[in-house]
Formats: sequence, C-alpha cells, structure tokens
Amino acid sequence: MANNEWPLWEVFIRSKQGLSHKHVGSLRAADAEMAVENARDVYTRRSEGISIWVVESNNVHASHPTEADSLFEPAHSKVYRHPTFYDVPDGIEHM
Amino acid sequence: MAELNIQELERRFQEKIDNDIRIEPNDWMPERYRQTLIRQISQHAHSEIVGMLPEGNWITRAPNLRRKAVLLAKVQDEAGHGLYLYSATETLGADREETIDDLHSGKAKYSSIFNYPTLSWADMGAVGWLVDGAAIMNQVPLCRCSYGPYARAMVRVCKEESFHQRQGFEIMMKLAAGSEEQKAMAQDALNRFWWPALMMFGPPDADSKHTAQSMAWKIKRNTNDELRQQMVDITVPQAEMIGLTIPDPDLKWNEEKGGYDFGEIDWDEFWNVVKGNGPCNKERVEARRKAKENGEWVREAANAYAAKQKMKKAS
Amino acid sequence: MNTLFEYLVRLGDDSLILGHRLSEWCGHGPILEEDIAMTNIALDLVGQATSILKYAGEVEGKGRSEDDIAFLRYEREYKNALLVEQPNDDFGVTMMRQFLFDAFRKPLFEQLTQSSDEQLAAIAEKSLKETKYHLKHSAEWVIRLGDGTDESHDRVQSALNDLWRYTDELFFTDEVDADLEAKGIIFSSEELKASWSEMVKNVLNQATLTIPDNGWQHDGGRRGLHSEHLGYILAELQYMQRAYPGMEW
Repeated sequence: MANNEWPLWEVFIRSKQGLSHKHVGSLRAADAEMAVENARDVYTRRSEGISIWVVESNNVHASHPTEADSLFEPAHSKVYRHPTFYDVPDGIEHM
Repeated sequence: MAELNIQELERRFQEKIDNDIRIEPNDWMPERYRQTLIRQISQHAHSEIVGMLPEGNWITRAPNLRRKAVLLAKVQDEAGHGLYLYSATETLGADREETIDDLHSGKAKYSSIFNYPTLSWADMGAVGWLVDGAAIMNQVPLCRCSYGPYARAMVRVCKEESFHQRQGFEIMMKLAAGSEEQKAMAQDALNRFWWPALMMFGPPDADSKHTAQSMAWKIKRNTNDELRQQMVDITVPQAEMIGLTIPDPDLKWNEEKGGYDFGEIDWDEFWNVVKGNGPCNKERVEARRKAKENGEWVREAANAYAAKQKMKKAS
Repeated sequence: MNTLFEYLVRLGDDSLILGHRLSEWCGHGPILEEDIAMTNIALDLVGQATSILKYAGEVEGKGRSEDDIAFLRYEREYKNALLVEQPNDDFGVTMMRQFLFDAFRKPLFEQLTQSSDEQLAAIAEKSLKETKYHLKHSAEWVIRLGDGTDESHDRVQSALNDLWRYTDELFFTDEVDADLEAKGIIFSSEELKASWSEMVKNVLNQATLTIPDNGWQHDGGRRGLHSEHLGYILAELQYMQRAYPGMEW
C-alpha cells in the first residue's frame, strides 16, 4: 500500500511582485505539474500568491541542527558587519 | 562533537521550551515529545478531515446559491487544514498515509463531535457557530505551541477559520429572526449541539491524563476546563442576543468568579462516543476508508504515469 | 420567445448541474489534494451559475432572482446538456465527463468574449480564465489515467465509451441559437465543434484512448427532456426551497 504513496513536495510561494518565494508547507503529488496545481489549490485559495515553486522534499539538503554552533555562532562576534557598530556624530545625515 | 548524555539533552530541551524558543523538525527532542505531538497533530488532522463529512451532507441541499458556495468553500478549507496538519506530522517523521490508516482501523481518534448527525440546515449554523467556535478557542493558544511547524500551521488555520464561525452564526441569526419553523429549527440545532460542543474541550482537568505534561512542554497552553469556561462565557450572551435559549437549566451567572456556572456534562456519553458508540462513528470512518480505497487505482495510475514520463525523459 | 433568456438558462444550467455533481465529491476524493482541487472547480461552476442565472433573470424581466431560477423550476424547465447530469461513478468517469465538457466550454467562452452583448461578454471573460484551468486539470488527468496502469486505462476507456453518446448534444442548435447568432450575441457552433474535436482527439491520443465507433447520440437536455438522473439531483437541490417556501436563508 505504502509504495503507492505520492512523493512529498515542499511549496514556496511569492506573495507579490518584489518579494522572494517563501516556504509555506508541503503536499503530495505524483509529478511536478500536479504539484504546482495542488499547491495552487491548497496554498493560494485566498489569493496568497502570484508565483509557485515546488521542490521534491528529498531534494532539499539541510544543515544539521547539531552543527548550528559551529555554523552560525562565529558570525555573532563579527559585529563590525553591522552599521550600528560605528559611531556617527549627531548632525551627520544620509549615512 | 562530544556525545551528550540524555539527561543533558533533555535539560537543554526543556530550557529552550521554558525560554519560549521554538523546537524545529531536526532539533533533538525527547521521543515522548515527538510521540505526543504526532498523536495530537494527527488527531487534529483527522478531525478536520472527518469534520468535512457532517457539513458535506448539506452542500447539495443548501437553500440558496450563496449559502452553497460558502459551505463548499468552508468544507474545502477543512480539507486544506487537514493537509497543513498532516504536513506538520510528516516533519516529525510520521508517514501521512500510515497515520490515515490508523484512523481507518480505529486506532487513531478524532474529535467526537463529528460523530453526531447533521439533521437540518440549522445544523450548518450550529456547527459553524459552536463547533468552529470551540475549535478556534482550542486553536488560538496552539499558535504559540512549542513545536514550530504545528504553531505555523495553526496560525494559518486560525486565520482561515475566522470566517467559518461567522458564517455559522450568520445562519443561526437569520433563522432565529425568521419564521416560526426557522426559529424552531435553530433552537433544535442548538439543543443538540450545545453539550457535544462543550465536550470538545476534552475530559475535566482532574481526569485528563495528558494535560500536565503537555503544558510543561508548551504543546498546550490552557487546561480543558479553562477553555470550556471561556466558551460558555463567550457563547451565552451571543445566544441571548439572537433570542435562542441555551439548553441548560443550571446555567447561572456567578458574579464572584465573573463567569457562568453551568450544568453537569454527561461524561458517560462522551466516553461512549469516543469509544465508537456515537450515532455516526461507523458511517464517518467508513466514508473515509471508502474514499481512500476507491482512490487507490487513481493514485497508482498517477504514479505509473509519472514513472513512464521520467523514463521517457531519461532516454 | 425570449431567446437570450433561453440561451442563458442553457448556459447557466450546465454550470449549475455540473457544479452540483462535482460537489458530491467533496469529502470523498481519491486523495486530499484532489478533493480540494475538485471543490475549487465546483466553486467556480456555482459562481458561474450564479452570475449567468442572475443575468437571465434580468433579461427575463419578471423579477426572478438567480435563486428563484436555480431552485424553483420544474424539471422540464432545466436546460442543461445530458452530459453534465450523468452520475459521478468513479473518478475516471468524473474526470472524463469534466474533460469532454471543459473542452467544449473553453472555446465557447473564447467566442462569447466577443459577444455583442456586453454583460455576456464580461461573464465569458471571467469564466474563460476559470475554464482554462479546469481544462488543463481534467486533460492532464485523462492523460494520466489513460496512460497510467492497465486498470486505469480500462476504466477511463469505458468512461469514454459511456459518455461519448452525450457529446454531440453540446453542439445542439435550434432557433434560439440562430436568432442570437444573427444578432452577433453568439457564434458558430460548427467552429466550436471543430476546436472541440481537435482538442479531444489530441488529448485522447496522448492518453492512448480510442474514440468509440458507436455513432448513436442522445439529446433532449436543451429542450428540457432529461435522463432519470436529473430528478434526483433536483430533489436534493430544491429540498429546502420546496419544503419551506418563500423563506430567507
């Protein structure tokens, strides 16, 4: 029975022109064409989108949470990447 | 990375929960947390899907085109909500079709309210007003649930459900302001759905075996009795406003607690319906089982076609 | 006879009755995603029926609303094609029925966007967008089922064999059509049939299905003569309006 199951797809929707596609959820579909149509019917019933991406879930490669420390924490100490790190005297504008 | 012992992992996990940091799919979580979530979310998903049936009953009999479209859209939303929720269980490693098979075999439960029949058009009003009302009350706190995908699914569900309750109330309001027959129809629906709707919040806190742990894990944010009280307090004035009577002779405003006292719920009935003795348990599960069985050849065909297309592309 | 009214009723009843049939699937689809998809199509059809029958009421000028027309006629006054009242049966029959119908409605609405009747043209414009999607959906399913497994192929072939006899009626014309065509309100049914045939042949070919050679065709729907199925549809559709006459909901 279980081998008749359709593959799982991740759905990304662009809600309006100028914004990037955002992950909204997943669904089942036998092929890409069907996945796009199902995404339209499942995730844009209230005009939530103008463009759809679907990716078969097993094609998504993710970073592992146990590596989060080494992947993301080093960036925390690089405060100089942020504009608020720098002092700008009062009266200077447009910077 | 040094292997952490299980106590340390659990400690860190609980610390995250206590600090309101959401748990995401690949994060370490205690097995019991995972199992509790799978059970709760899939039950919730099953409730949405089985919940399509009592209202689906009336789509072809809706009294006018506007009501027909609204009802269709509402029942369709429930399918969507079921789907969002099954998606959330799949992030926990549960297989959707296996969870659905558990529903069909009777192993998994769903909200017992859907085992009551919808006998008149007014029931569409009562279901929207009371059943969706109770569901929203249950669901709003779940938008802050500790498990990220569940919380996000609930945000979406709650947003969409606000129209469900309103359309139900609108149906009741219209009936209550209508002819004698219509008013009687509305009152009859309220009489039949009031108590089952209060049962939707689950057994009293004293008998609820999951509540304490679920609250510690912030899967649940309020107890069953708290939510039930809230439901009564909100709904009684709404019924009064449209001139319907809550079928509870013990209902009385209690100034001291700032809420209503209400009559004893028939928990014997509740447990019997949960166990499968409700008026429609058999029909509901049977309808879902048949839908899956009758769709088997369709799903198989779509897979076979997709495989053929892949082969063609590859060659 | 008010030919425009008559035409609008035929057009609107197709949407109404097929919408009714499709909505019977709600909660019983072969998989959740498809349940949602079919309900979306049903919703589009109910919406079309609403705007078309509303306009029919205006054209008639007797003060009837879209609900009066949809719910309070006798069986012989319903003018839908026989195809759309055929029972859902299995998913293969439903999708084949949908495809044969969508392949007719898409070029029809394309034509009607050019209608000299502005309101009809506007309705066609909106409905065309919906119908294009319906056709894409149903054609893809016919192909998938036809070229899927042996079982699905046989099921959908037998659906085609059973439904084929109701397809000619989609191009039925009488004095109503002649009058409206002369006024530039509607257009040639022959052209319609030509684009329908091309689309149908193309899709059935991809689906590895064969058009049955039994040439016998049924009609009657456009004149109010239906199959036994319509009576049961109306019994449900009209139940509330008949049981509680004159009430508001």
